[in-house]
Amino acid sequence: MAVEISETLTFECETGNYHTFCPISCVAWLYQKIEDSFFLVVGTKTCGYFSQNSLGVMIFAEPRYAMAELEEGDIPAQLNDYGESKRLCIQIIKNRNPSVIIWIGTCTTEIIKMDLEGIAPKLEAEIGVPIVVARANGLDYAFTQGEDTVLAAVTHRCPERKSSVGGQDQLVQDEESQEFFSFLPPNDENVKKTVVGSQKNPPLVLFGSLPSAVAHQLSSELKRQSIQISGWIPTERYNNLPSLGDEVYVCGVNPFLSRTATSLMRRRKCQLIGAPFPIGPDGTRAWIEKICSVFGIEAQGLEKREKKVWDSLENYLDQVRGKSVFFMGDNPLEISLARFLIRCGTTVYEIGIPYMDKRYQAAELYFLQNTCRDMRIPMPRIVEKPDNYNQLQRMYELQPDLVFTGMAHANPLQARGINTRWSIEFTFAQIHGFTNAKEILKLIIRPLKDNNDFKNFDWTNLVRKDNNSLN
Amino acid sequence: MKLVYWMYAGPAHIGTLRVASSFKNVHAIMHAPLGDDYFNVMRSMLERERDFTPVTASIVDRHVLTRGSQDKVVDNITRKDKEERPNLIILTPTCTSSILQEDLQNFVDRASIISDSDVILADVNHYRVNELQAADKTLEQVVRYYLGKARRRRTLDQSITDVPSANIIGISTLGFHNQHDFRELKRLLQNLGIKINQVIPEGSFVEDLENLPKAWFNFVPYREIGLMTAVYLEKEFGIPYVSVTPMGVVDTAKCIRQIQKHINNLAVVALEETVDYEPYVYQQTQFVSQAIWFSKSIDCQNLKKKKAVIFGDATHAASMTKILNREMGIRVSCAGTYCKHDKEWFNEQVHNFCDEVLITDDHAEVANKVARIEPSAIFGTQMERHIGKRLNIPCGVVSAPVHIQNFPLGYRPFSGYEGTNQIADSVYNSFIPGMEDHFIDLFGGHDTKEVIMKSLCTEKGVIWDPESQLELSKIPSFMRSKIKRKIDKFAVHNGFTKINIKIMYAALICL
Repeated sequence: MAVEISETLTFECETGNYHTFCPISCVAWLYQKIEDSFFLVVGTKTCGYFSQNSLGVMIFAEPRYAMAELEEGDIPAQLNDYGESKRLCIQIIKNRNPSVIIWIGTCTTEIIKMDLEGIAPKLEAEIGVPIVVARANGLDYAFTQGEDTVLAAVTHRCPERKSSVGGQDQLVQDEESQEFFSFLPPNDENVKKTVVGSQKNPPLVLFGSLPSAVAHQLSSELKRQSIQISGWIPTERYNNLPSLGDEVYVCGVNPFLSRTATSLMRRRKCQLIGAPFPIGPDGTRAWIEKICSVFGIEAQGLEKREKKVWDSLENYLDQVRGKSVFFMGDNPLEISLARFLIRCGTTVYEIGIPYMDKRYQAAELYFLQNTCRDMRIPMPRIVEKPDNYNQLQRMYELQPDLVFTGMAHANPLQARGINTRWSIEFTFAQIHGFTNAKEILKLIIRPLKDNNDFKNFDWTNLVRKDNNSLN
Repeated sequence: MKLVYWMYAGPAHIGTLRVASSFKNVHAIMHAPLGDDYFNVMRSMLERERDFTPVTASIVDRHVLTRGSQDKVVDNITRKDKEERPNLIILTPTCTSSILQEDLQNFVDRASIISDSDVILADVNHYRVNELQAADKTLEQVVRYYLGKARRRRTLDQSITDVPSANIIGISTLGFHNQHDFRELKRLLQNLGIKINQVIPEGSFVEDLENLPKAWFNFVPYREIGLMTAVYLEKEFGIPYVSVTPMGVVDTAKCIRQIQKHINNLAVVALEETVDYEPYVYQQTQFVSQAIWFSKSIDCQNLKKKKAVIFGDATHAASMTKILNREMGIRVSCAGTYCKHDKEWFNEQVHNFCDEVLITDDHAEVANKVARIEPSAIFGTQMERHIGKRLNIPCGVVSAPVHIQNFPLGYRPFSGYEGTNQIADSVYNSFIPGMEDHFIDLFGGHDTKEVIMKSLCTEKGVIWDPESQLELSKIPSFMRSKIKRKIDKFAVHNGFTKINIKIMYAALICL
């Protein structure tokens, strides 16, 4: 198979035979983010087996998540869905007392057409705990898109912003902002003062689940430009969700949140700021600049700040410059990561990606194209719904220095002398903002460096010749 | 609906995939939505597999949901046939395809006409069987398929081998210490002068399955996987089987005696002589295995009458119960299994060796039982290890489900005579930390929480004068170093570089 490297950004679509995590895995990070939530995955043993194995040790820490395992009787609706889910929810409320129960619909509930959206409001009224329904199933979505479906469902629960003029509304906002910063130590007067201080920009809500520390870093970056954030989706506490309305601006922090963006625009009438994502110092700067430009603020000192970050990365950059990278694709962070890596001086052969929302990622794609031009590096091919088998053939031909891949392929590739980095790590590591660029590079350099350490051994290929037909 | 936080046995398709990927050159195609190929991750990570797991999915997406799979499954099968040229492709249904009720058999029939590979549909129902039952069933199905094929082709050779030989049935990928057990069992049979005819499914080729009937007997080391195959082979070809798990000295001996019986039945005719394994059993038990000597040694006397709780799959939980009670004199307060489908057998096995039996697949029930009994040690799965952590009770992991640390690179069989040594170590090590902990508590806890110096050696920092040294030596030896350390810490803390008797007493008062 001949592999061409294109001069323009090309989009392809393959068979969709690729490995990724089931979207219900979003429960793993969302239950930790939304501290007073309880996630109930309505599915089968298959779903349960996946989550207990992929969540690893987390499962033993009495997580605020469980399976509502469908049994044979549930399938032909011999048992009453409403009664059954009520029984389980009452059990959950009794044991854990959550502020919200989030039902995750799965493939099975789709196929048997269990009316979760219909049952939830009735049950909610009866038991007095909000029930949010998200259909994060493998029929429609891949991996991180699970978070997208949950957040899209959560946007419907945000209070309506009263579009009144004057003090009262402002006060409500201030209180919310304060509560939003409740994770900060109480003596952090500085932050509180600035937050309470009068807001110049229209209300801005950011969406995407990030660890609190990272969320704080991003909001203080915006504060440097005197931009106040009036809230995040999601919040640490379900009851603190920001209010939404037609004068509210929203901006995403992750590339896989297109449904949430759509829901915010169409259902809540918010105005979406389409920006590259704050991954890497280049992305972070472009993200801030775009928000500033929308609010008519001239961004201050960003160029200097970006340069400072790049300077601090010099040691790492030396190790990645000139290397070639291949993304197999499993969590739509690929475009942003590739763009950052190209800026770091690598060549990217292929960006596999589960799905590509060209509208939501428009700014990021444009940025990627410009980055390639700036760096005088051939445009990578973007392969939507990749075919892992075909990718392996291309990879054997290209022999990239580093492959971003899921864990199903990582060990076999390592054994064939191809360096890998598990893509899953990028969904859990802190990669957003100026300060975390180093984290991304550290993750990437580790396998490259390991390889250098073993250079003196002639043990790159550790597979028996007769063993596998794939090679 | 059932509220579930954790489960012991996986869904049915995992069992099928375990069997399929244990064979060589067999490919499994799952009829499943995106993300259900998590099996590949487990095999790649837990087994640290160097090769790509021969499992792909024929993805069920929205289109399939509305229009049916149509040609998709057939296309995927024929494509894999061309790409990898497997001997056999197993179409694997999942929970999703169970409810879609597509005619998968029809796809298989169509695909097998076009492709060079054999194609079969795994006959397992997600809602009726679990991982273990499905693995058992799939293995039998594959064996039945190939013996049927050989019979139709008239290539089936039913004559037995010239020398005594055996098939080992049930060694599979992701099985608890299966690779190590396999080596140990092979050695055991070789020591007995028995040829290994075939080992299935691990590492074997499906086209060799027609040689299965050549063995004198079948050997099924684990109850969970392989028994159905052995029963089928007995019924169809009259091949006897041994299903006593050779775990622990008593059962290993029992297993060998059964083997002897089967061999002698044929040997009288075939070899015109009989075998006697008694000297071997005697010699191994007395000198190769350390387990019997160990239980007589004074160390093990300390363990006598201690309480233990055991939980796991039927094979391992039953074997461990018998070993602990019968061979080490430990009191098994509760023995349990999550193999609910095999509870009669389990009850019968552990009856007389434990105070009570627990059959459940709810880990909370196990946790409550452990909490109530307060044993000195638990022997169970990864889940019991965590239960133990929370209750501060040491735990030895003796059964699946397990994490990556229970796929050791070093040689750790549970079966055979070397297995008895490994088990003895594991049991001893599980109890001893418990004892140590107890002593440490008695003497006021470890003082490692606060590090006083960079190195563990404190001699450099503080000098003891002869008088204080003499005084120190009067402290009972088992507490001496601990107290010395505390005094050192006190001195460093208060800026003394030399310890005399005065400082020493001042420190002792503060202790």
